[in-house]
Amino acid sequence: MAKRLAVVDTERCVGCQMCMLACARRYGAGGLGKSAIHVKSAGGVERGFVVIVCRACPDPPCAKVCPTQAIIPRKNGGVIVKLNKCIGCRLCAEVCMIGAVLWDEETNKPRICIYCGYCANYCPHGVLKFQEIGEDS
Amino acid sequence: MSDKFLQNVLYIDLAKRLFWVENRRDLFEKYIGGVGVATQLLLEECPKNIDPFDPENPIIFAVGPLTCVYPLASKTVAMFKSPHTGNLGESHAGGRSAIAIRSAGYGAIVIKGASETPIYLSIHENKVYFRDASILWGVRSTFTVGRIIREVEPGAGVRTIMRIGRAGENLVTYASVITETYRHFGRLGLGAVFGSKKLKAILVSGKHSISIADKKLYRELYDEIYDAAVKSPLMRKYHDLGTPANILPLNELGALPTKNLKQSKFEYAENISGESLAERYLGRRIACSNCPVACIHLAALREPYVDEPYFYKTTWVSYDYEPLFAVGSMLGGSDVTGLLKLLDEIDTEGLDAMSTGVALAWATEAMEKGIITKNETLGLELKWGDYETYREAVKKIVNQPNEFYKALAKGAEYASSIYGGKEFALTFGGNEMPGYHTGPAAYVGFLTGARHSHLDSAGYSYDQKAFKAQETLTPQKIVDHLVKEESWRQILASLVVCFFARNIYKPEIVVKTLKTMGYELTIEELNKLGKEILKAKYEFKFREGFDPNKLRIPKRILETPTPHGKLTEEQIKRAVNLYFERLKED
Ligand code: SF4
Ligand code: SF4
Ligand code: SF4
Repeated sequence: MAKRLAVVDTERCVGCQMCMLACARRYGAGGLGKSAIHVKSAGGVERGFVVIVCRACPDPPCAKVCPTQAIIPRKNGGVIVKLNKCIGCRLCAEVCMIGAVLWDEETNKPRICIYCGYCANYCPHGVLKFQEIGEDS
Repeated sequence: MSDKFLQNVLYIDLAKRLFWVENRRDLFEKYIGGVGVATQLLLEECPKNIDPFDPENPIIFAVGPLTCVYPLASKTVAMFKSPHTGNLGESHAGGRSAIAIRSAGYGAIVIKGASETPIYLSIHENKVYFRDASILWGVRSTFTVGRIIREVEPGAGVRTIMRIGRAGENLVTYASVITETYRHFGRLGLGAVFGSKKLKAILVSGKHSISIADKKLYRELYDEIYDAAVKSPLMRKYHDLGTPANILPLNELGALPTKNLKQSKFEYAENISGESLAERYLGRRIACSNCPVACIHLAALREPYVDEPYFYKTTWVSYDYEPLFAVGSMLGGSDVTGLLKLLDEIDTEGLDAMSTGVALAWATEAMEKGIITKNETLGLELKWGDYETYREAVKKIVNQPNEFYKALAKGAEYASSIYGGKEFALTFGGNEMPGYHTGPAAYVGFLTGARHSHLDSAGYSYDQKAFKAQETLTPQKIVDHLVKEESWRQILASLVVCFFARNIYKPEIVVKTLKTMGYELTIEELNKLGKEILKAKYEFKFREGFDPNKLRIPKRILETPTPHGKLTEEQIKRAVNLYFERLKED
């Protein structure tokens, strides 16, 4: 089975954005701009946080709308992005209603989670878990 | 320097409504960033001897090479001429401010001039918008101001929203700037400088990445620092109970200023302890961006409405050690609900909780002694622990309906110079004291620290260590320690890392982290630079008329015994003089 990154309990999220920085660090970059995971407040930090990351849809709409087949469904859920094919039209970002297609403004290409699990190692508060698809959601 | 954005300084002229970017590689190469760079910008931009409310008073924000890159590099340094002390203004805050400024593509932002009408600045990477804020001016609560801007502006998750309250608009000299609702540029009146420029808020957002010189070393070092941060007991303590974990130990020690420091032990310390607050009120913990610790503790205050049964409201109030001391023990309050409501009022209006609490403590004692009466307070009977009255007093400080409140809106130093009671006006260099009656090093630190803050040189921590080791503190020892500590903290504040992480960012680690960002500096060079930055801060202070001989030592601190016994004026003065001699040496 394939793995994905699961957001197991957003209530534990403190909004530290360590996960975003971790995701960007995979490319050796500092900052948040290259992250494929996004954390923002749920309308003010006192209300807690929203953690947005690709949930590895079984039948991914982002892949369906891509005019250049740059986004290919992965077996068992989720997608693989071929950035060299991407023309930066943002259709995938529009169709993903949870906002999990993040945008790298510097390259004008999407950032979608590749299900590597790296960020989960840096969430200090037990929000993220790298697990088999279907384990629970 | 590996990153091309850090050297960009964004200049904004509020009067001309113009902005431009200058490459200041010269400054960032030599002074790293943060306080190192901001001090130079202040020396450049602030004309000599101006009134702090003069439009020419610059507001400077600076971040550093570690911002956005290493754990706990989460702070922004703000510098300005302080309307509270009339001299060097410096305040640090986290939230998302630092990450946002750097991600927007800047190492520093300089704001000059004053607007004629209320505005807020909206900075989205290379675009700066001067937006009308007439609607926001005079809005009762800073919380509302934040909420409105949040709704109308883009950038959720990668932005900071700094704003002032009515206290800043009305030029209370200890008005704060609030960011991400619960973090503050609290001290020395940055909020009033905003107000004097008719600047209600600043939003900064961006998504620039930062390039790293040595990527492999970066990942390794990152892991080392991250592990140290999540495993260290100190970090655990700040995560679990937050800074209020210090209430009980300091009370036990007899170092918790109580009732305007008539006492140094508080009979109700238990009520305001981190333990008790966590048990009874803690509703959420949050973190600054890029910090795994999450030391920010929010109390959930659930209160019934009196006019309707089963109708409740829940207010979120952030609490830390310093506010709990200033409006808790210092005001002699045992009613924690009342205390939290007062803190909420202080944040609603946008005041510095520490100065507010200590100024009110002075006023309460002045009333007790008959120096001021209900004539001055407009009918309010200020009494220890009476939070309802204190809340009314806070509103009056903001509205300033008479001469007395106008004076109190300038702090305890000024009010006592008009009404008397200087012996018990607990200000140092014009700034209200922090919550540490620990011994001589703390007070020498408040007096000599460039911003008259406990965070300058942490004498309070040295006092406690010496007490535990049963060591006698001589002026010599104190000054050796304070100069070294304050110098090193200039480096930490130039990187810029949170001072809570000072035990992690040891000199060897700092050298390595800087290397990954393209800086080749040795420990010796860093130590030298730290002292140089400190001297540059003092260059500004002396330029603006600072005189060590005029530093006032309030009698009260000599009357109430510390853990190191009763302090003498002579002992403190000797250390202060020694500090300034030492500062001149290389
Ligand atoms: S990016 Fe959005 S649409 Fe595409 S697979 Fe992930 S969650 Fe589904
Ligand atoms: S699992 Fe990997 S790609 Fe996905 S958000 Fe985490 S670090 Fe980024
Ligand atoms: S690392 Fe964990 S706690 Fe921090 S923002 Fe990400 S999900 Fe939330």
